[in-house]
Amino acid sequence: MTIAGASLAPPVRAEWVRGGLIALLLAVLLALPLFLAARPFELRLLTVMFLYAAMGQAWNLLAGYAGQTSLGHGMFFGIGAYTSTMAAIGIGLNPWLGGLLGSAVAASVGVVIGLACFRLKGHYFVIATLVLAESLYLAFADWEWVGAAMGLDLPIEEPSLLAFQFHRDKRPYYYLALALVVAATALVVWLDRRKMGHVLRAIRDDEEATRSLGFSPMRYKLIAMALSAGMIAFCGTFYAQFVLFIDPPSVLSLQLSVMIALVAIVGGIGTASGPIVGAAVLVTISEYARIWFSGSGRNIDLMLYGLIIMAVSVYRPAGIVSLFGRRGGGRR
Amino acid sequence: MTATLATQLLVSGLGMGCIFALIAIGLTLIYGVMNIVNFAHGEFLMISMYGTWLAYSFWGVDPVVALPAVGALMFLFGVLVYYVLVRQVLDGTMHAQIFATFGLMVFLQAAAQFVFGADYHAIDKSWLGGVLRIGGITLPSAQLAAGLGALLATLALYALIFRTHLGRQLRAVSQDRTAALTLGIDADRMNALAWGIGAACVGVAGALLSSFYYVFPRVGAVFVLISYVAVALGGFGSIGGALVAGVLIGILQVISGFFVASTLKFLPVYLLYLVVVLLRPTGILGRQ
Repeated sequence: MTIAGASLAPPVRAEWVRGGLIALLLAVLLALPLFLAARPFELRLLTVMFLYAAMGQAWNLLAGYAGQTSLGHGMFFGIGAYTSTMAAIGIGLNPWLGGLLGSAVAASVGVVIGLACFRLKGHYFVIATLVLAESLYLAFADWEWVGAAMGLDLPIEEPSLLAFQFHRDKRPYYYLALALVVAATALVVWLDRRKMGHVLRAIRDDEEATRSLGFSPMRYKLIAMALSAGMIAFCGTFYAQFVLFIDPPSVLSLQLSVMIALVAIVGGIGTASGPIVGAAVLVTISEYARIWFSGSGRNIDLMLYGLIIMAVSVYRPAGIVSLFGRRGGGRR
Repeated sequence: MTATLATQLLVSGLGMGCIFALIAIGLTLIYGVMNIVNFAHGEFLMISMYGTWLAYSFWGVDPVVALPAVGALMFLFGVLVYYVLVRQVLDGTMHAQIFATFGLMVFLQAAAQFVFGADYHAIDKSWLGGVLRIGGITLPSAQLAAGLGALLATLALYALIFRTHLGRQLRAVSQDRTAALTLGIDADRMNALAWGIGAACVGVAGALLSSFYYVFPRVGAVFVLISYVAVALGGFGSIGGALVAGVLIGILQVISGFFVASTLKFLPVYLLYLVVVLLRPTGILGRQ
């Protein structure tokens, strides 16, 4: 996400420019809630945007870097949300610990899925992830112990950081969501620059060649899956604490799985800035279109949405970030 | 379990299975020719169901009569979608292709709601309505006719693909694109043809379905996920595989819907897919 022509400048200067822009953006985002206290719509919009950006990063790690396209990542979101919520209801577990537990459960499920399904190629893998997520949806919608289709209400606590609940002033959610994106992005960028990132991209481009270099593609893909699933699960816990109610349509739906992938693809797959740009564009459009048009109940927001997705896939298959003319820019 | 009940379940399962198969064959044909999964396939079905319903409620045309017209119009629609959208992403990545047709799906679904509203519509007095009594067995005749119709359409499609020159060209492009090009086959035309035929398949399936199933903007989602599973289960690109898998799924979901719970009827179908691809990563009849 640098200015046009930055690639002509010496790389060191480009790094400085980029670093400066990121610092500026962060400063603006940190200061913004001071002006948004009385604007719940914008506050919610940005919080949701951060949440999707963090999930897009997590999805990107598996799909963009390791080349394993999942259209079932919503299941990890649901696993996180249900694990921490059930633990809070059942044994009164603190949601932070519940979130970590959810991440561990999701990572384990991810590893099992990976062990079984990573040998499936292309669309067979895509359909397998879709089918797994949909099975979980059906099972949870029918399972009385987890509230079935009625869903679960979270136990209400005194608002505090420790309790992960804030009632009157929602700004802490904003900061926590911002922290989630920053953490997810930092992790992806860090991995990208280490051996892990290179090996993952090598697997995506040519799995056999990577194997012949002595790297186990399965091992690296499993690590990517575990990290990706764990990150998304923690976002699920965040969502549960934010909305204080979960049910299968809100945390396990196919639409959610697709939206997670869409954020990364529309922004720019395989790039660290892609999911952030994708979430900024898609969440803004969908939330504003909803309040402008949906009074009519005619779904103009979704029509617009569909058109944008088609336009990006035709004109910018490498995502919106490729507009900025950055080197590389996604999967070719 | 009585023999009557068993027959009823089997016939009902076969009927739905033939419809799933017809939808899945349209998908797998497109995939076989150009390696693209049409994620808007369910919305093609939805459009053809609305078309049939419109013909019925505005001009009193019975679904049986409307069927050929709906099939033909959907053929044109498929060709249009190919030239306007799909052709632009032919050389793109799998992601670009998935999301091009996914965007189309979102758009068509929202457009349907924009034009027709979210209400459920039904064709209540089709020629095919009512029930059929054979011995002690009661069968809904619309479902039976739809199953038969889907079977006939599938056979016709088989004849087209495996017995005609055009079908041979289609299969040639599907098996080896480069070799087909050197033989002077116009691959672009074959792509368009595959989209036309694929859309016509769901057109026929939609017209048949609308005589006993509600029409609403999200109706495609009900059928399409199952059709993807049928395509993958049978093996991407395999027409025989889609037919076998479609029928298998139809029977399985009726049985599990009856014995377990109607809300869980697709769960065994999904599990079947996972078990099959874990044993055979390219489905029942897919190319290794």
